Amino acid sequence: MATTAAQPTYAPAASTSSYSGEKTGVWSWITTTDHKRIGVLYLFTSLFFFIFGGLEAAVIRAQLAAPNQTLVSAELYNQLFTMHGTTMVFLAIMPLSAAFFNFLIPLQIGARDVAFPRLNAFSYWVYLFGGIFITLPIFAGIAPNGGWFGYAPITTMAYNPGLNIDFWVLGLQILGISSLAAGFNFITTIINMRAPGMHLMRMPMFTWMSFVVQFLVVLAFPVITVALVFLQFDRFFGTNFYTLTAGADPLLWQHLFWIFGHPEVYILILPAFGLVSEVLPTFSRKPLFGYAVMVYSGILIGFLGFGVWAHHMFSVGMGPIADTVFSLTTLLIAIPTGVKIFNWMSTMWGGKLQFTASMCFAVGLVAMFTIGGLSGVTHASPPTDLQQTDTYYVVAHFHYVLFGGSIMGIFAGIYHYFPKMFGKMMNETLGKWHFWINMIGMNLTFGPMHLSGLLGMPRRIYTYDANQGWDLFNMMSTVGTGIIIVATLIFLYNFFTSLKSGPRAGRDPWGASTLEWSIPSPPPEYNFAVLPNVTSRYPLWDVTDGHDLSREHHEGHENRDDKVPTARELGIPMPSNTFKPVMAALGLCIMLGGMTLKHVNFYAFFIVVSGGAATLVISLYAWLTTPLEESH
Amino acid sequence: MAHEPDAAHDEHAHHPTAKTYLWTALFLTIVTIVEISAYYIKPWEQSAIYVPSMIFMSAVKFGVVCAVYMHLKYDHKLFRNLFVGPLMIALVTCVGLLFLFGKVGINLGITG
Amino acid sequence: MSATALEPTTTGHAEHGHHHTSTGLDNRKIAIWAFIGSECMLFVSLISTYLIYKGKSRVGPYPHEAWTDPATGETFKAILNIPVTSFSTFVLLMSSLAMVLAHNAVVNRHVKRTTFFSRLEGNSFFWLVSTALLGIVFLMCQAYEFTAFVNEGLGLTTNLFSSSFFVLTGFHGAHVTAGVLWLFTLASIDKKRGLRTDEALNVDLCALYWHFVDVVWIAIFVLLYLIK
Repeated sequence: MATTAAQPTYAPAASTSSYSGEKTGVWSWITTTDHKRIGVLYLFTSLFFFIFGGLEAAVIRAQLAAPNQTLVSAELYNQLFTMHGTTMVFLAIMPLSAAFFNFLIPLQIGARDVAFPRLNAFSYWVYLFGGIFITLPIFAGIAPNGGWFGYAPITTMAYNPGLNIDFWVLGLQILGISSLAAGFNFITTIINMRAPGMHLMRMPMFTWMSFVVQFLVVLAFPVITVALVFLQFDRFFGTNFYTLTAGADPLLWQHLFWIFGHPEVYILILPAFGLVSEVLPTFSRKPLFGYAVMVYSGILIGFLGFGVWAHHMFSVGMGPIADTVFSLTTLLIAIPTGVKIFNWMSTMWGGKLQFTASMCFAVGLVAMFTIGGLSGVTHASPPTDLQQTDTYYVVAHFHYVLFGGSIMGIFAGIYHYFPKMFGKMMNETLGKWHFWINMIGMNLTFGPMHLSGLLGMPRRIYTYDANQGWDLFNMMSTVGTGIIIVATLIFLYNFFTSLKSGPRAGRDPWGASTLEWSIPSPPPEYNFAVLPNVTSRYPLWDVTDGHDLSREHHEGHENRDDKVPTARELGIPMPSNTFKPVMAALGLCIMLGGMTLKHVNFYAFFIVVSGGAATLVISLYAWLTTPLEESH
Repeated sequence: MAHEPDAAHDEHAHHPTAKTYLWTALFLTIVTIVEISAYYIKPWEQSAIYVPSMIFMSAVKFGVVCAVYMHLKYDHKLFRNLFVGPLMIALVTCVGLLFLFGKVGINLGITG
Repeated sequence: MSATALEPTTTGHAEHGHHHTSTGLDNRKIAIWAFIGSECMLFVSLISTYLIYKGKSRVGPYPHEAWTDPATGETFKAILNIPVTSFSTFVLLMSSLAMVLAHNAVVNRHVKRTTFFSRLEGNSFFWLVSTALLGIVFLMCQAYEFTAFVNEGLGLTTNLFSSSFFVLTGFHGAHVTAGVLWLFTLASIDKKRGLRTDEALNVDLCALYWHFVDVVWIAIFVLLYLIK
C-alpha cells in the first residue's frame, strides 16, 4: 500500500478553540495577512452577497409571476435587475472564486503564503468596502439602474442625471482595483512559489484554471476601467466620449465593455471548472482524463476569449464581415469547452463512483453547463441570435451557465473543501437534499425562459400583458425561484450548524490526491512544516503501479489531543498581522466613493476625497516602509 | 534543494555596459529625428508609405527600448513571455477595434 | 512499490531573506512585468479610442488643420505644436538613458572609479535625480502645451478630439508624475545611506516602470502628433 513519505509529526487535529490555532479574536481577523483566513473572509462575505442578490431576484420573480402586477415600480425594477446582475457577477461569483484562490492556491502548489500577503489582505478589504458602497444605495432607492452592463449613452447625465450611475461607476472602479491587485498577486505566486518538483504540468487543475483566470483579469479589467473612466469624466467633468450630439459613437461603450465582458464570463466559469476537475477524479477514484488537454483547452479558452466579444452585439449593425468573423471565433471557442465536458465524462467512465454531495454538484455542473453551452452555441450564429437577443432565451442561457455552471461548481467546491477549511464535516444528507431541490428549482426557474424567450418575451421589462403565451412560463419561473430559496436555506442551515458542531474532519476525509490534503484540517498558519518535494501530479495517490487507490477515511483515527506546532516553534518566519492594508483600502474607497458627493455638495466632496486620498497615501507609505515579517 | 536551473545568477551575465546604453540612446535619437523630419518632408508625409513607415520606426524604437533598456534581451525568458503575450492581445484588440469602427479596411470586393 | 510522490525537503529554517522560488527570480520583478502587461491594455484602450474618434469631431479646434467656427467666424489654428512636443519627446527619451545609467551605477558599485567620466558613470544619485528632473521638464512641457491649448480654444470638453486627447495624455502624465515621485524617493534613500548592489532590484523596478511610460509616449507621439 502506498505511503506518503515520513510525515512530519503533526498531530493532525487542530486545536478546537480557534481557527488555525494561532491567533484569535476579531482584531486578528481584521489584521490578518494569512491567505487561508482571507479566503474564509471572502467566503462569508460573498455568501452574504449571494443571498442578497438572490433576494433581489426573488422580488423580480415575484413581480413577474403574473401579468400586469404592480409589486414594484418600473424604476425600482430597473434597480433590482441592475443590482441583481452587478451583485451576482462582482460581489458573489467572483469573490466566491477568490475565496478558493486564496485558500487553495498556496496549499495546492506547496507554498506557505501568496507572494504579497498584505496586498492580498488589501484586495479583500477593498472588495468589502466597495461592495458595501455599491449595495447601500438601494436602501435609499437610488441604486444603479442601467443594467449590470451600463450601456452608454443611457447611463450618461443626459439620460440618467441622478446619483444612481455614479454609484455604479465608482463602485466598479473600486472593485476592479481589488481584482487587479489579486491578479498580480496570484500570477506571481503561481509562477514563483511552487514547491520543488511542482512543475507547471504537475499543478492541480484548480490552480491551472485560476492561473488562466488571473491573466484574464489583469488584461480585461483595464479595458472596463477605461470605459468607466470615460463615463465618469462625461458625468463629472463634461467630456464627450458618449455624447451623441458631439459626434460620439453609440457603440464605443458597447465594444469597450464587451472586450472586458467576454473574458469576464470566462473569469466566472473557469474557477468552477477547476473545482469540478478536483472533485470528479477524487470521487471517481481515477486521475483526470487528459490532464494536458484540459490545461491547453483552458489556456485556449482564455486566449480566444479576447476574440469573441462582439457576439454580444450581433444586433447593432456591425456589418456582415464583422458578424461573420465573430461568429466564427465564437463557434471556435465552443471546441475547447466541449473538450472539457468529454474529458470529465471520460474521467468518470470506468471509475469507482462515489456520489457525495460535492460529486453531485460537480456532475450537475457538467450537465447544466452543457445545456447552457448548447443555447450559447445557438447564439453564435447571427441569424438565430437576432431572434434570441434581448429576449428571455438569453437570460436562460446565462443562468444555466452561471447558476448551473459557476454556482454549482462553487457549491461542489464548498462541500469538498469545507472539511479542509474548518476541520469539520458538513452533513452529507442535507447536502444531497440541497442538491436535488436546487436542481429542480433551477431547472423550473430557467428552463421555461427558453420558451418564453423564443415566444418573444423581452428582457428587462417590469411587467407584461397577459395572453402572449408567456404567463405559464413566468409562473413556473417564480415557483422555481421559491424552490431555489428552500434549497439555499437547507444549504445555509447545513453550513452554519456544521461550522458550529459538525463532526471533526481529518486530514484527508475524501481520499483525495493533491497537496492540500496532506496537512491538518484546518491547516496550521504555515501550511507545511516542511516544504514538500513533489514528484507526481497526484502526490497522495500512488498511480504508477495500479494499486487500489481507495484510502480509508481518516476522521477519528488521529490523536486529537496532540497540539499542532506553531510557526515560532518550527522556526518558520510568517508575515505579521497588520492594519495598514485595511487603512489603505479604507482610504482608497473613501477617496473614490466620495466623488459621488461632487453632484451633491462641493465642499463635502472636496473634504471627503482629500481625506480619503491622504489616508491612502499615509497608509501606503507606512505599508511600503515596513518589512513583511517580524524580525527573526 | 532541487528546483529549476537558477537563472538569477545568469541574469546579468551579459549585462550591457554604459557604452551600450549610450549607443542605444544615439540610435533612438537618430530614429526620432528621422521621424520628425518625415513629418516636415511633404512628399513623404503625403505619400501612402508615410503611415506604415512611421509605425515601423516607432515599433523599432519600442522594440529597442524593451530589449536593451528594459533588459528583455538579457533577462530570463519568462519576462519576455510575460510581456509579449499581453502585448499581442493588446495589439489584436486595437486592430480589431479599428476595423470595427471603419478606421482601416481591406478591400475584399464584397459589397453590403 | 513505486517511489513516493511526496518527500519532505529542507526545514523551514533556510527561509531567511531568500525564500525558495521556482524560477530563481524575485517576486516583485515578475509582478511588475505582469503589471506592465496589464498597462498595455489600459493604454491601448485609450489610444484606440483616440484613433476611433480621429476626424469625427463636429466642431474644432482640430489637431492638424485650422478651423473657422461657422457660428462666430473666429478662426482657430491647428492645435498641436510639433516642435515643442518633439522637444519633450526627446527629453523623455534622454530620461530613459539617465534611468538606465542610474540602475547601471547601482549594479556596478564594486567597480573602482578613478576618472571623471567613470565616477560620473557610477554616480547613481546624479542619474536618479537627472531622470526625475528630465521627467519634470517633460511634465512642464505638457503643462505648457495644455495651457496653450486651452487659451487657443481647446478645453477638456470642447469636442471629441479634446476629450480623448486630454484624457489619454493626462493619464500618461499622471503615470510620469508617479514615476517622478518614485525616483525622488529612491534618490533620497541613495543620498541618505546609499543604495547597495543587492538592492539594485528596487531601482530596476522603477526603471522598468519608467521605460514603459517612455515607450507608451513613443506610441502616442507618432500616432497623435506625427500622423495627420
